[in-house]
Amino acid sequence: MGRYVIRRLLQMVPVFIGTTLLIFVMVYGLGDPVAAMFGDRTPDPATAAQIRHDLHLNDPLWQQYLIYMQHIFKGDFGKASNGQPVTELLGTAFPVTLRLTIMAFVIEAVVGIALGLFAGLRRGRFFDTGVLAMTLLVVSIPTFVTGFVLQYLLGVKWGVVHPSVGEGAPFKDLFIPGLVLAGVSLAYVARLTRTSVAENSRADYLRTAVAKGLPRRRVITNHMLRNSLIPVVTFLGTDIGNLMAGALVTERIFNIHGVGYQIYQGIVHNNPPTVVGFVTVLVIIFLGANLLVDLLYAVLDPRIRYA
Amino acid sequence: MTVIDDISDVPTPDASLAPLLEVRDLHVEFHTRDGVAKAVNGVNYSVSAGETLAVLGESGSGKSVSAQAVMGILDMPPARIPKGEIFFQGRDMLKMSGEERRKIRGRKIAMIFQDALSSLNPVLSVGYQLGEMYRVHQGLSRKDAKAKAIELMDRVRIPAARERVGDYPHQFSGGMRQRIMIAMALALEPDLIIADEPTTALDVTVQAQVMELLAELQREYNMGLILITHDLGVVADVADKIAVMYAGRIVEDAPVHDIYAKPAHPYTKGLLQSIPRLDQKGQELYAIKGLPPNLTRIPSGCAFNPRCPMAQDICRTDVPPLHPVGTARGSACHFWKETLGE
Ligand SMILES: Nc1ncnc2c1ncn2[C@@H]1O[C@H](COP(=O)(O)OP(=O)(O)OP(=O)(O)O)[C@@H](O)[C@H]1O
Ligand code: SF4
Ligand SMILES: [Mg+2]
Repeated sequence: MGRYVIRRLLQMVPVFIGTTLLIFVMVYGLGDPVAAMFGDRTPDPATAAQIRHDLHLNDPLWQQYLIYMQHIFKGDFGKASNGQPVTELLGTAFPVTLRLTIMAFVIEAVVGIALGLFAGLRRGRFFDTGVLAMTLLVVSIPTFVTGFVLQYLLGVKWGVVHPSVGEGAPFKDLFIPGLVLAGVSLAYVARLTRTSVAENSRADYLRTAVAKGLPRRRVITNHMLRNSLIPVVTFLGTDIGNLMAGALVTERIFNIHGVGYQIYQGIVHNNPPTVVGFVTVLVIIFLGANLLVDLLYAVLDPRIRYA
Repeated sequence: MTVIDDISDVPTPDASLAPLLEVRDLHVEFHTRDGVAKAVNGVNYSVSAGETLAVLGESGSGKSVSAQAVMGILDMPPARIPKGEIFFQGRDMLKMSGEERRKIRGRKIAMIFQDALSSLNPVLSVGYQLGEMYRVHQGLSRKDAKAKAIELMDRVRIPAARERVGDYPHQFSGGMRQRIMIAMALALEPDLIIADEPTTALDVTVQAQVMELLAELQREYNMGLILITHDLGVVADVADKIAVMYAGRIVEDAPVHDIYAKPAHPYTKGLLQSIPRLDQKGQELYAIKGLPPNLTRIPSGCAFNPRCPMAQDICRTDVPPLHPVGTARGSACHFWKETLGE
């Protein structure tokens, strides 16, 4: 197991370099960051040259990338165009996005699995048909439509919730955005769980569990659920990345000042350190989540051996 | 002439002599899209303590379905039991509540399945799965249940039980896995064990060992055993009596040696002729011609008539009842005498 983790960590290195290099190169396609700093004003050529030198903008791109990486590993993500250190922006934005993602993840996992389980146990009945129809509906409507509709109905028209998320993004304000963000994934989780439950309820080992005289509740929780959840856990793990990407869209709908907001600002104001910094942290989180899922997978399924 | 003599002449319904299990006129059907599949159509059999009943028959003849009906593990729907009685220790289980039946499963009647790899839960250790019997039925603690599980594994002669109790099913060989299935069935020392082709999935070399173990444990605990099998060789060694099934009915039932010496039903005869024998080495193997019937459209009269070499007109119209043959036998063939006589 330990060796497996080390190997996986080593495998992450090229992935990490590849993704960050890509974003680095792309961001430099945005235009001249020095010009952007001064907005409409034309900068004094001497000052501009000084800034260019300080930011290593005259060096070849690959050298700039190396310098940037060196700084990052010292905890220095550079400065945004308004002079604020990027680490400060990271520190305020990431907790907000993480809360939104966690909210969505919990809704997706709990509601999705519960719906899928009960539908799978009552295949062909009313509840099952209802879940199938509902999930199909959710999947076929774009997230921003559900988002705006819910925001308008619940927030503006009926006033049940705040239409936008308050300062510090408290969990209670995040419920509706979390639900919107979770929507499509939740539908997939419900369907996947349903299929998996249906498949496992016909399995031989389940017949054995019944033949052992176990109470139905135990047959389901101890024998069926654990086997049925193996594919679901894999999906949930890979979906963390999707959720974080989706969070950027949801944040705009509900005016949440998280990672999406900062990256958007970074792109609009042509601010490479912000964009690259945020994306780098996103990549690290994404890789870490994937490793965690693979390990969890092994805990659930002893047939998986790590060598 | 004393009163006592009088009584001794009358066969008293002594509970200890009554069979452990008695299945009467059992019917099972499946409601499917293609219609109603009549998988079991009036099965009768009985097993006493210490006795082994072998159930024989081609694939699809309803052996497993009737056993699962006894066990109470059929999925209903699609299965339905429109008719029949299953007496266990004098009580009709089909009239019991679900909870009553659950308490019989595992405790009094246990079942061993064909493929131990798929029949054991892949994500739980064998120790957990064995110990679960004691935890659920006897309320033992996790620790005590584990000790019992090790004891059980020793009982079925799994080497290094103490070290292997935490292993998972896929880590055992096929023979060892089937021993674990046997151990699980044995855990609460049931009165009846139903073994549905317990050795079919195993290597020929370990088949005999597993069968021997099962027969030995049965003798030791004086359990009734219903052994469903294709293997007529095994039957001759361990069974006391045989029930031959065809299209959901018992077509012949008899003490084991009678059947081998002289089958009283053409289907049984065909089955016996299709066993490879050493003295006929090199000759082409006999096979019963044709296929088993579609259970949604069972032929009228004797279900075997389209395939029977002895079929006459009456076979296509009249269902043959189970004719008594001697004292302890029965044959559901209009021409049982002729079959025996040849
Ligand atoms: N769940 C089910 N739905 C529909 N039909 C079923 C179901 N289970 C069993 N059957 C039908 O019942 C019939 C009898 O099956 P059964 O499993 O008892 O045969 P068997 O004698 O045990 O055969 P084998 O030797 O192959 O195990 C089969 O034709 C099968 O198609
Ligand atoms: S009743 Fe007729 S068809 Fe059926 S087994 Fe006997 S001879 Fe053959
Ligand atoms: Mg079978």
